[in-house]
Amino acid sequence: MEALELARWQFGITTVYHFILVPLTIGLSILVAIMQTMWVRTGKEKWLRLTKFYGKLLLINFALGVATGIVQEFQFGMNWSEYSRYVGDIFGAPLAMEALVAFFLESTFLGVWIFGWDRLSKKVHLTSIWLFAIGANISAYFIIAANSWMQHPVGTEFNPETGRAEMTDIWAVLTNSTTLAAFPHVIATAFLVAGTFIAGIAAYWMVKKARANKGDGELPMYRTALRFGAVTMIVAGVAVIVTGDIQAKMMFEQQPMKMAAAEGIMETEEGAGFSLLAFGNLAGDDPGSVQHVLSIPGFTSYLAEGNFDATVTGLNELQRQYAGTSDAANPVVPALAGYEVESDTRPNLAVTYWSFRLMIGLAAFSAVTALAALWLTRKGASTDKKWFSRLAVWSIPAPYIAASFGWIFTEMGRQPFVVAPNPTGSDMVYMLTKHGVSVAASTWEVAISMVAFTLIYALLGVFWYRLIVRYAQEGAPTAEASTPRDNDGDGPLSFAY
Amino acid sequence: MNLADFWFILIAVLWTGYLVLEGFDFGVGMLMPIVGKTSKGKRVLINTIGPVWDGNEVWLLTAGGATFAAFPEWYATLFSGFYLPLLLILLALIVRAVAIEYRAKINDENWRNRWTLAIVVSSWIPSILWGVAFANIVRGVPIDETFTYTGGFFNLLNPFALLGGLVTLAIFLSHGAIFLSLKTSGAVLDRAKPFARKASIVAVVVGAVWALWLQLAYSENAWTWGALVLAAVGLMGAAWFSRTDRFGLAFTFNALAIVGAVTLIFGSLYPDVMPSTTDAAFSLTVDNARSSHTTLVVMTWVAAIMTPVVLAYQAWSYWVFKRRLSEDHMPEHNELTFHKN
Repeated sequence: MEALELARWQFGITTVYHFILVPLTIGLSILVAIMQTMWVRTGKEKWLRLTKFYGKLLLINFALGVATGIVQEFQFGMNWSEYSRYVGDIFGAPLAMEALVAFFLESTFLGVWIFGWDRLSKKVHLTSIWLFAIGANISAYFIIAANSWMQHPVGTEFNPETGRAEMTDIWAVLTNSTTLAAFPHVIATAFLVAGTFIAGIAAYWMVKKARANKGDGELPMYRTALRFGAVTMIVAGVAVIVTGDIQAKMMFEQQPMKMAAAEGIMETEEGAGFSLLAFGNLAGDDPGSVQHVLSIPGFTSYLAEGNFDATVTGLNELQRQYAGTSDAANPVVPALAGYEVESDTRPNLAVTYWSFRLMIGLAAFSAVTALAALWLTRKGASTDKKWFSRLAVWSIPAPYIAASFGWIFTEMGRQPFVVAPNPTGSDMVYMLTKHGVSVAASTWEVAISMVAFTLIYALLGVFWYRLIVRYAQEGAPTAEASTPRDNDGDGPLSFAY
Repeated sequence: MNLADFWFILIAVLWTGYLVLEGFDFGVGMLMPIVGKTSKGKRVLINTIGPVWDGNEVWLLTAGGATFAAFPEWYATLFSGFYLPLLLILLALIVRAVAIEYRAKINDENWRNRWTLAIVVSSWIPSILWGVAFANIVRGVPIDETFTYTGGFFNLLNPFALLGGLVTLAIFLSHGAIFLSLKTSGAVLDRAKPFARKASIVAVVVGAVWALWLQLAYSENAWTWGALVLAAVGLMGAAWFSRTDRFGLAFTFNALAIVGAVTLIFGSLYPDVMPSTTDAAFSLTVDNARSSHTTLVVMTWVAAIMTPVVLAYQAWSYWVFKRRLSEDHMPEHNELTFHKN
């Protein structure tokens, strides 16, 4: 493998790994803050115990999230220095803002929250977890703004003097239509992940308590947590669908190649169907061989334009337009000038097609669990059904994997560009992935770092998983252990590492 | 002064913040076996930095992000050129973040010992490598006309750079020990103080040799003699006040020494940001590495608004956790074990 392929694999591995941890932190931080707010407002013990229980799981998750996040920022310079040179003027800004506005807030107030239970007033302490949670969510906004710029560059023009893309309008970058669509989609996904996580663990405990026939007050606590998680899942699930639909419609305009690949549409069609199963050479060597065996008639056209008969441009026509050999009056992208013309600007069809379907299918799985949970716990009821606790626990990974496929889809669907051309942009700011890779880093250096990161992530991932499982299986701490003690004296701390 | 110069200074300020703050928490990590020593002593050390180390590390992320936004060429050349040292630093920071957090999660002596080792090693590695990296930047490295680093890995391991590694190591060790002398009591304090006294003297000696070497061989500017004097006064003050048991002043003077050292390094570079030893014409400068005026204006606004806010709440978090800790303050372990008893 060349440095380019290794760098791409490394980026893929580290990003997917990082984004296993991030959505849980984004969603769970707010949900735990809500739990603590419920405790402060109602004084009910169960909310305090749940805050402590899920709060501990949040911390275990956050630690690894921070650790993997550091790599994300420095990787651009290490493996993608030519990309960084070309776009740093615009792309660096949201990253620097993320650090200044969000990371400081997140990290400082998390420390205050963890160690501050017995040193701060209830209200100040509650404020600290909210500031942490808000920091986590703001950080998502800036990173999505940076990513969206790569999907749909705005607020920028090419400066022939410096040979770089330069910023013309920060406001345009931060309010990129792509960002405004992608951010709610990512946040909704994060709440789906966190809601499923809360509900899954609570269902396990509720069923366990019900089977042990314990009327010790813990069953209602876990039932509350289950319903809290399930309601989050429903609301987040609806938001995921709505925002996903908005995003897809936008992408048919902004990145038609990606969406045509997602649907496996080779030739321009009217009333294009939504393919459920396709055969043939999806690898792209022989696009003519793709056969759709099962599809929902007209649905892709509906997704694209809200009209079952709309025309969806196929990959082959798009390819001609990108290469500048089309007769179309309004080519999607003017012939790519400035760089060598890429002979094939189609993304990897198989990856794009299947990751799109897995994203949608796995997210739907969560919805089923949430509906079952709300039905079984309606009107004060609970359940001791083993199948339900299994279903709930097994649903936990589903939205995680869906989110990962979502990223794989959106990033692979942008290839071979690292900065996709913007069809309506007046200036042609774009970059091919192969031109973004570092020149100074040798193949063996990139190979060493890829192996090192993969191994260390795998090892730390084992600890992360075991700790999450172990703490989840232990259940919520007792009321006595949860209650913060006044600690102004000189006795032992009530909490220490 | 134009905006690019302002950002050059601001990045120096961010690095100063990073080295002053994470410098002591690296020091505390390195001192786990020496000053921590006992099981409870080690816990005292971790708890002195527990609430703040993560916020300290954000200064690095901000310095990195600011370099990316304000000097894209510098960011690109530096990070792709110093590939392997940066990889080692990143691996250490990853392990360290997880180790500090996970060490206390399972009540098992072996578990704790392994994570302690991880904290110690992952604090030593960056403490040395940051010095190596900065020394190489100021010394100059082979860079060609496309601003690409062409030196390879072993080029970075020259005597000046290795001595630079010892300088950051010595300063962080003394900084950590002085911090512990301020934040602990009892047996831990009794071990921290003598270490702080010795380490601060070592820091004066290696620091002085390296700074003179830098000034005489690599500095572009005569005024950096002033920064050198500031650094020297800082280090000597830290050593003196450690001897006389006034650790608040010792800490302040160490911070002053770091301000002096960063000023010396950045001042010696200016107007370069990364001098080329291949040909002076290929050097990255404040002017040819900077981003557009628009970006610099935007980032200046963000920095002007956010930096005071960040400083205020971070200072507040230090104030919240101001009390001294001793072994007596450590509660019994009440965490889970991996297997239910």
